[in-house]
Amino acid sequence: MQKFINNPNQVVEDMLQGFIKAHPDLISGTGNERVVKYKDAPVKGKVGIVTGGGSGHKPAFIGYIGKNMVDAVAVGEIFTSPPAQMFYDAITEADSGEGVAILYGNYSGDNMNVAMAMEMAAEDGIMVQKVVANDDVPSAPATEAEKRRGVAGEILMWKAGGAKAAMGGGLDQVIAVAEKAITNTRSMGVGLSGCTIPEVGHPNFSVESGKMEVGIGHHGEPGIEITDLEPANKVARRMCDVILPDLPFTMGDDVVVLLSGLGSTPVMELYILFNEIEKILSDTGIRIHKSYVGNYFTSLEMAGATLSVMKLDEELKECIDYEADSTGLRQFQK
Amino acid sequence: MITFTNQEGSRIVDMLILVIQENKQYLSDIDGAIGDGDHGINMNKGFTLCREALDKDPGDLSYSLNLLGRILMMKIGGAMGPLYGSFFRTFALSLEGKDEIGRDDFQAALSSSVGALQIISKASVGDKTMMDVLIPAKEAMDLAVKEDLAFGHAVDLMTEAARRGRDSTVNMEAKIGRSARLGTRSRGTMDAGAASCCLILETMASGIKELIRE
Repeated sequence: MQKFINNPNQVVEDMLQGFIKAHPDLISGTGNERVVKYKDAPVKGKVGIVTGGGSGHKPAFIGYIGKNMVDAVAVGEIFTSPPAQMFYDAITEADSGEGVAILYGNYSGDNMNVAMAMEMAAEDGIMVQKVVANDDVPSAPATEAEKRRGVAGEILMWKAGGAKAAMGGGLDQVIAVAEKAITNTRSMGVGLSGCTIPEVGHPNFSVESGKMEVGIGHHGEPGIEITDLEPANKVARRMCDVILPDLPFTMGDDVVVLLSGLGSTPVMELYILFNEIEKILSDTGIRIHKSYVGNYFTSLEMAGATLSVMKLDEELKECIDYEADSTGLRQFQK
Repeated sequence: MITFTNQEGSRIVDMLILVIQENKQYLSDIDGAIGDGDHGINMNKGFTLCREALDKDPGDLSYSLNLLGRILMMKIGGAMGPLYGSFFRTFALSLEGKDEIGRDDFQAALSSSVGALQIISKASVGDKTMMDVLIPAKEAMDLAVKEDLAFGHAVDLMTEAARRGRDSTVNMEAKIGRSARLGTRSRGTMDAGAASCCLILETMASGIKELIRE
């Protein structure tokens, strides 16, 4: 195992300590060593934004804590939902009295633990509502969209919800825009290698040399198909052929494109893929309003990429363009 | 009637902790085939936290099971934290206040724990989850009580039903949970939750048999 770690059982704790020390301008720890928050949270008069999930997806989830973004995050073990207590503590850290929007991905553990945390918060009189991201198209057919996983599209949901809250939106408005953001987003991953959870010590799966795993999940869940490795233009075509008809995205749409590496794929290759994706979208008459290309939502050192496309309306456009400051996403007001 | 005391029953929890610690790698390897390979790690972490807490502050069977349940529910996360947490806590509450635990007490505790899980989880037999072990094991125990079989014999039948349930998950297509997203590709591998659940019931059964022999 080629990793910079100390005790494999303590990687999450060690990472969090480093993260808090590295970014005191944005981040602070809390009474729960597994809950991290924006240093100014709870922000007076603002709806709190909370998320959480298993570790191993840097910069997600903690990298999206910051100004006009996420207020508090519950940090689980690698690829494992945080327990209810952590989600609950994150909710209380984020609540300024205006209520809390908990925006997370569709995984059975997260669903159960968030439900328990929401009950606990409601008993304490905290207003809390949730949006569950399910943007990963290959994980279930459109007829069973409620079974789909949440993947990199979650970032766009946090961006939109975080901006709406910062603009002064109430809890219902924040929830509505986050819901719209994820409903308008479709994602798909292609994997080129597995990854190793430090405590397990060996890769969770492998992709044979010269092959690729189409529709791979963010935790190494096998994809829908293993095919020969194709050139970037064909991979881009394959991704667009799955994503575009599913919403559907059509001529005249304005979109955000988020192309994230899965961990070990060079950013150079992401731009090669993006170049091909742009050609396909532009040939289809779809206009790219904004692009994010880089390691936005990874799976330890998996090789591969996830493409997410979100269809915009005026409200989402305003939210996406809104100033934000977090370690994983930083942009200035135009 | 054959019984063991709640006090000496705490040994069952010692055995449960040990069996999970010993099978950490086995459970993670099963989970790695169609899941994310962390089941053994997370179970081991929760059960080991319980070991540390019990070493500081030991108690009887219902106390120890309740502690185990609370630790799993509050500290472990994943889907298994809430599921096993609820299972052990309900089990503990059913045995609380009993000095002596006999066949019918054990059956009632198992029955209410399975019932508690059926409230949280929509899974039923055939979905490739821990319920493929728990439901038949509970039914075997219920039947053994109805037929008035001896405590030792009853838990043997429960163990056999649990093992058959565990093995039946191999050829199932997962309908619930993370592996459900693989569709037919989840066939051919045992469900990790079913495997850990079977270990837990087997260990409870062998613990009971040791206790009632003494």
